[in-house]
Amino acid sequence: MKREGLVRIPSGCAIASVISTEGNRMSGETIINAMVPMHERSNGLGGGFAAYGIYPEYKDFYALHMFFDDRSARKSCEVFLKENFEIIKSEHIPTLKLSTITDEPVIWRYFVSPLRAGLRELQIDEREFIVRKVIHINSRQPGAYVFSCGKNMGIFKAVGFPEDVGHFYRLEEYEAYSWTAHGRYPTNTPGWWGGAHPFGILDYSVVHNGEISSYDANRRFIEMFGYKCTLKTDTEVIAYIMDYLLRVQGLTLKESADIVAAPFWSTIENMSDRREAELKTFLRTAFSQLLITGPFSVILGFNGGLMALNDRLKLRSMVVGEREDRVYIASEEAAIRAMDPLAENIWAPGGGEPVIVKLKKGA
Amino acid sequence: MLINAKGIDHKKLNDMLRGAGNDFIIEECLGQRFIAAGMSDKHIEINGIPGNALGAFLNGADIKVNGNAQDSVGDTMNSGSITICGNVGDAVGYAMRGGSIYVRGNAGYRAGIHMKEYRDRFPVIVIGGKAGSFLGEYQAGGIIIVLGLGVKDDNIVGNFPCTGMHGGKVFIRAAAGKIKFPRQVLSSPSGSEDMSIIEKYVSRFCEKFGYSPSAVMAHPFTTVYPDSANPYRQMYVSN
Repeated sequence: MKREGLVRIPSGCAIASVISTEGNRMSGETIINAMVPMHERSNGLGGGFAAYGIYPEYKDFYALHMFFDDRSARKSCEVFLKENFEIIKSEHIPTLKLSTITDEPVIWRYFVSPLRAGLRELQIDEREFIVRKVIHINSRQPGAYVFSCGKNMGIFKAVGFPEDVGHFYRLEEYEAYSWTAHGRYPTNTPGWWGGAHPFGILDYSVVHNGEISSYDANRRFIEMFGYKCTLKTDTEVIAYIMDYLLRVQGLTLKESADIVAAPFWSTIENMSDRREAELKTFLRTAFSQLLITGPFSVILGFNGGLMALNDRLKLRSMVVGEREDRVYIASEEAAIRAMDPLAENIWAPGGGEPVIVKLKKGA
Repeated sequence: MLINAKGIDHKKLNDMLRGAGNDFIIEECLGQRFIAAGMSDKHIEINGIPGNALGAFLNGADIKVNGNAQDSVGDTMNSGSITICGNVGDAVGYAMRGGSIYVRGNAGYRAGIHMKEYRDRFPVIVIGGKAGSFLGEYQAGGIIIVLGLGVKDDNIVGNFPCTGMHGGKVFIRAAAGKIKFPRQVLSSPSGSEDMSIIEKYVSRFCEKFGYSPSAVMAHPFTTVYPDSANPYRQMYVSN
């Protein structure tokens, strides 16, 4: 099987999300429906979903969703897992056999907690521990790949059209307060299961439509902080950038948006509020290597909310709508109407203008 | 003829439109792309959300959408007319070379990008609300009118309007001076000749959407046009 990076396929994508700000949980059917009218935006080489609030009974444990090439890869990786984690539960992720989804790897999930001894030895907190161990598995454990590692959330992805991927993972049976989705039209790589979106680290997940022209500059910078981009696909680096800015640097969502989609210098010069202009200048300068150029529309999922963001030139489309406690975001209005024909206040955010939606009660 | 588009893909929908009859009403449209692409002699009214590239390469047909439309409406259209009663997405009138597009609400980014005129072909876009950034990017011909009706914002055309403009005109219903343009274009209060052109299209707009032409016209307009003494050149490399 061709892995990411072995072939370059020159060639768009679909993204969608729904969140209940009251934290009301909804089945995956809603978000699957959103992907149907956007079918043409994908080519069957990748689809995926992130769901928040799906594991309330295991909410204190990290849910590792993993792909293994075969049983022996799983067995050897489990040795590593047992050395580092207390495994509370280990099981197959339930799937539905479909003619449209083929060549599936071994798909497994573990609910784990870092071993205290390991945390003491490394003198790091739990979240940093998870990041390091996941990066270790993804770069050093042959045939094993962690594609989701947050608490009370999960990523589900595969090679196929997103509607089929949703049914394959039986997402109708999960209940989440927030869903994001992606339909892939790979532009540079052949489309392997791990390369489908969302990309996740801890509870951050990213779905992306576009192509990052600054990928290598961003990758070189972020890899200085221990991250390893193992998939040679541009979206992966966005997930690590967001983890670095939000968790490691402790910046706000708005500030991180001002870094990755920084306003043009000319826009900063024309700002009437000088303090605002100084802040933007600082962020652009301090994290210049994390400016993401090229067309993108992304939705970042995290425990307790979502952030949608376009590149500053707005070279990809994105539409927002709402009704009652729900907020909808998608590449096309049709996708929002498929989720809720009565959605109101449909608007299109400007380039570089983040749309941040959080649960009223917090995560 | 009434077509219920629920569950019908874009190819089948267009095949039905190409069939017998000239007058169609589409119900429950949801994201089907390329509707009426290249068509002539048809009158199509759409309820629901048409997909991207509505009326692409349109060749004389008349389309009315009773709501919002998505991206690339009228992509490379030759002639005909498209009326959008709501808002429209990005790149409306992309490379349009004839015909007219009337939008009651707002337009997204890059309205009229690379529109051009040729002999008797003269494209026109009228936007009732505000336009997104990069309005008239690389515009080579035809006219774009932005009215800003009901818009509270001072700036009805976003950032970087008319970047790369080298032909045609943009008319903005706002006093000159407030909006920043690139150095290669000029702007001035619209003169009587321009005002009579604006009036012609504004009257059609008002007729379609029920506004009073005299109320809309009783406001200063700004004309934006390329500076032929200082045109765009060597934007990327000196060669």
